[in-house]
Amino acid sequence: MATGARGELLRRAGLRAVHVHPASNGEIQTIMRILIVEDDVEAANYLAKALREAGHVVDHAADGEAGYELAATAPYDVLVVDRMLPKRDGLSVVSTLRGEGNHTPVLVLSALAQVDDRVTGLRAGGDDYLPKPYAFSELLARVEALGRRPRQQEVETRYTVGDLVLDRLSHTVSRGGQDIPLQPREFKLLEYLMQNAGQVVTRTMLLEHVWEYHFDPQTNVIDVHISRLRGKIDKDFDKPLLHTIRGAGYTIRDISR
Amino acid sequence: MTSLGKLFRTTAFKLALIYLAALTLASGAVIVYLSQNTASLLHEQVVETVDAEISGLAERYRTGGIRGLVATIDARARQPGASLYLVTDFAGNVLAGNVEGLGERVFSGESGELQRVSYAPFGGGAKREAFVRVFQLSGGFRLLVGRDLREHQFFRDLLSEAMRFWLFVIAALGLVTWVFVSRRVLKRIDAMSATGQRIMQGDLSERLPVDGSGDEFDRLAVSLNAMLERIEALMQGLKEVSDNIAHDLKTPLTRMRNRLEEAMRQGGEGAPSDDALSRTIEDCDGLIRTFDALLRIARIEAGSSDAALVDLDAGELVAEVAELYAPVVEDAGGSLTVEAASGLGLHGNRELLVQAVINLIENALKYGTPEGADPLKVTLAVARTGDEVRLSVRDHGPGIGEADRTRAVQRFVRLEASRNLPGSGLGLSLVNAVARLHGGRLVLEDAAPGLRAALELPLGKAKAGKQGNEGGVGDGG
Repeated sequence: MATGARGELLRRAGLRAVHVHPASNGEIQTIMRILIVEDDVEAANYLAKALREAGHVVDHAADGEAGYELAATAPYDVLVVDRMLPKRDGLSVVSTLRGEGNHTPVLVLSALAQVDDRVTGLRAGGDDYLPKPYAFSELLARVEALGRRPRQQEVETRYTVGDLVLDRLSHTVSRGGQDIPLQPREFKLLEYLMQNAGQVVTRTMLLEHVWEYHFDPQTNVIDVHISRLRGKIDKDFDKPLLHTIRGAGYTIRDISR
Repeated sequence: MTSLGKLFRTTAFKLALIYLAALTLASGAVIVYLSQNTASLLHEQVVETVDAEISGLAERYRTGGIRGLVATIDARARQPGASLYLVTDFAGNVLAGNVEGLGERVFSGESGELQRVSYAPFGGGAKREAFVRVFQLSGGFRLLVGRDLREHQFFRDLLSEAMRFWLFVIAALGLVTWVFVSRRVLKRIDAMSATGQRIMQGDLSERLPVDGSGDEFDRLAVSLNAMLERIEALMQGLKEVSDNIAHDLKTPLTRMRNRLEEAMRQGGEGAPSDDALSRTIEDCDGLIRTFDALLRIARIEAGSSDAALVDLDAGELVAEVAELYAPVVEDAGGSLTVEAASGLGLHGNRELLVQAVINLIENALKYGTPEGADPLKVTLAVARTGDEVRLSVRDHGPGIGEADRTRAVQRFVRLEASRNLPGSGLGLSLVNAVARLHGGRLVLEDAAPGLRAALELPLGKAKAGKQGNEGGVGDGG
């Protein structure tokens, strides 16, 4: 199952041509149990199907009441909750769960166009927020980032991908023992990528976490910053670590070790 | 504006002044009329009294001779409040009377003429005023009868005293009226304008106070409230419509995008090419973006207060955006410079202001390339002008002609020069809406050469320190 999911993930990620030997892969791709609370049946089915294809286990609730019942009784790794739901508003489901001490990561979906929608969404207890319509790749990247979250709370001071090492304490980056000087923002960018090593990170996620801006960048702002970073960490080395995932974003990983 | 200055500038003050002037004039007229009438009445009374006494005394003279007359006059003159009497012989010697110190001139006049003279009372004392009449008796005797004018004088004094008192009362009343009316009016007007301000800031649920007195302010408040109710209903409708549009149009768009992605993932025989699919997804995203921008502008312009405003540092905000965009401009073969004054505070929504500055930079990137071989040059500036902070983005491109500048800000307007470039024509409208939400404006200027687009926003509190800036990663490059 894990192998199939892995292959599927890479195929979706646009890395079809790369041969991956499952055992040689240093990253861990966990299977997550995800609950989708969404009243639009077609959107929910599509989402469930796509998440299953990515190797996860998915349950679906079509209204706020049912969603709350499921979330409160079964252990999930991530909840994907739409804001506008019949019977019970998505945000009230989330805040009730939080009030009961349930800290399952929640991704809030919303079709509302309010200026500070995100703020209300996050204030109610959501961990991340995605406006509709979204790209599935964006949603998957965020769900997987949320699912990984608890493990990251054990503070890591050093990130390693291949021979690339980032030391959070001394703020230094080296590859193959060779120091690479980075600008503060480039350091932050690499830090976030390495924190999510092996996972797809979208442009919007980078803009949110590295620059703390929440909107859809219109030009290739992020691409330009990535290509500068790539010029520093990949250019003089024969094996690239920072990969572009077409139609999704970027990932940092050591593929052919 | 001081509260006193405010008090002076009220309509009530002007009204009080007019009221005071009119009342003074009217009462002045009344008093003048009254005193004149009284004076002539008193005068007539004097004349009558004097005439009656003269004819009585003349009668006495005819019957009792000079002796009888003198005796009568002596008797009358002793009474309290007596008239003035004087009898002289042909040589001018005084035979009887209670007056002295009259000039010789008094007797030279025509007989029967009423004269105003000053005299000294018999037995000394201050000079007094009197009306007298001289009557020629037979035998060369002359009889003078008069009335003292003290009563007249007293009455006149009384009137002028009353007049002064009256004027004082009027002035005091005017002042009191003015203070009361204007304070009451000001209070209500101030309450109304405060409510108006709050409403303009986007809280449409506010209402003007109605105290139920049914006066003109109440009626005004009631009709303004009715207007507000209508506006609120309309805005609510707009909000609902845009929420519904958001939900109803975005749902099919989501599905459409999902299916395209699915088709792309599955591929296989007879499937459309990835290129066609990804281009369709791009179009789909473009549609969504335009649509989001429109809703966003509508929301901002409606002034709905869901955009949280915080204290920001204008220089920091611009420096951060510059740091994000500098590599983009450099990759386009240009350079981006920042000229930011420090310590200028702004009270605003960070997201929206950043979006506005980014839109301006994107415009400079798109349209700001100088003609000829010169490289692209974009300058971001933060400066203070009076009570405003000016965030400006300047390029060295062809600029926008003066005639087109107003149009350029309107929704969907794309100037001739930009027709063949990608874009929705909403960029500047959004910037404009953001500027207006913050109580400022977007100004497009000729920077000769190039265009300078400036956001002029009210100066806020200078932000103390760097903490508390949720997005402020202070390591700008």
